[in-house]
Amino acid sequence: MATRSQIDPAFLDNDGKPLFHLGEEPHHPEGSSTALGFWIYLMSDCLIFACLFATYAVLGSNYAAGPGPRDLFDLNLVALNTAMLLFSSITYGFAMLAMEKNRVGATQGWLAITGLFGLAFLGIELYEFAHLIHEGATPQRSGFLSAFFALVGTHGLHVTFGIIWLVTLMVQVGKKGLIAANQRRLMCLSMFWHFLDVIWIGVFTFVYLMGMLR
Amino acid sequence: MSAHDHDHSQGAHGTMGSYMIGFGLSVLLTAIPFWLVMNKTFANPQTTAFIIMAFAVVQIVVHMIYFLHMNTRAEGGWSMMALIFTLVLVVITLSGSMWVMYHLNTNMMPPMEHDMSQMP
Repeated sequence: MATRSQIDPAFLDNDGKPLFHLGEEPHHPEGSSTALGFWIYLMSDCLIFACLFATYAVLGSNYAAGPGPRDLFDLNLVALNTAMLLFSSITYGFAMLAMEKNRVGATQGWLAITGLFGLAFLGIELYEFAHLIHEGATPQRSGFLSAFFALVGTHGLHVTFGIIWLVTLMVQVGKKGLIAANQRRLMCLSMFWHFLDVIWIGVFTFVYLMGMLR
Repeated sequence: MSAHDHDHSQGAHGTMGSYMIGFGLSVLLTAIPFWLVMNKTFANPQTTAFIIMAFAVVQIVVHMIYFLHMNTRAEGGWSMMALIFTLVLVVITLSGSMWVMYHLNTNMMPPMEHDMSQMP
């Protein structure tokens, strides 16, 4: 049996009773684990999209005698949409570069441009959805359309929340400047924004381009 | 390249050069698949599908490296571990769903023309 004197003092409390955990948590500087934590959130988000992609893969050809991708999709519109998202990605990159140089005005300017590209993307997507619904291609019409609206709509919702987050951060930066906490927040949004662009690559390839090949 | 590398605990950052390389590659890797599909360059849709999927995979890797600054060293390798784990789950989800549902369709459905893609 181990006597108290044989136990490492780090595992004894003030009364000399053994502890089954570290007496003191190792100290981490504030925000040091944010990047990894946010990355793991993004990975879980990636799984949501994987499920939606799988749903689309399974249901994507169940047209229920309704319209198919070839009847509905306009590739010119999708190309324009893709360009909007791609431009917003590079302008966000410029915002991050300006942030590293501590230039508040340039950061805010590039963030605003990013937000406008994001809004343009959303506008085009909503126009497309409105057009589809007007033609009777609603989510209730067929398995294909349910899966399509669920997948593309979830991506659109992410972009919407990304824009809300972006505006919030612009207000934060406007009030407090590029303090360490704001830099960390901008870095998280950067990861989120670029991640949405990565998901969109899957959407335009798998849903739109492959849909036109059927 | 930044002249002095101040200690940033917030992972890797890009430079103007790396962002522009990433952007240029992305534009190219987006434009070519659109062009292939819109111009019907290949008569066989299977060939086109295979090529545009390859372009998508390459573009995702480009985004990961140049925009998300992914590397094996970030966060002591834990970002990469999380990514690999997620990729395994994504592959299982996608391939598993398609495999199971394909066999369900072929084994359970009566052999009739339920394939609506054959409709005019």
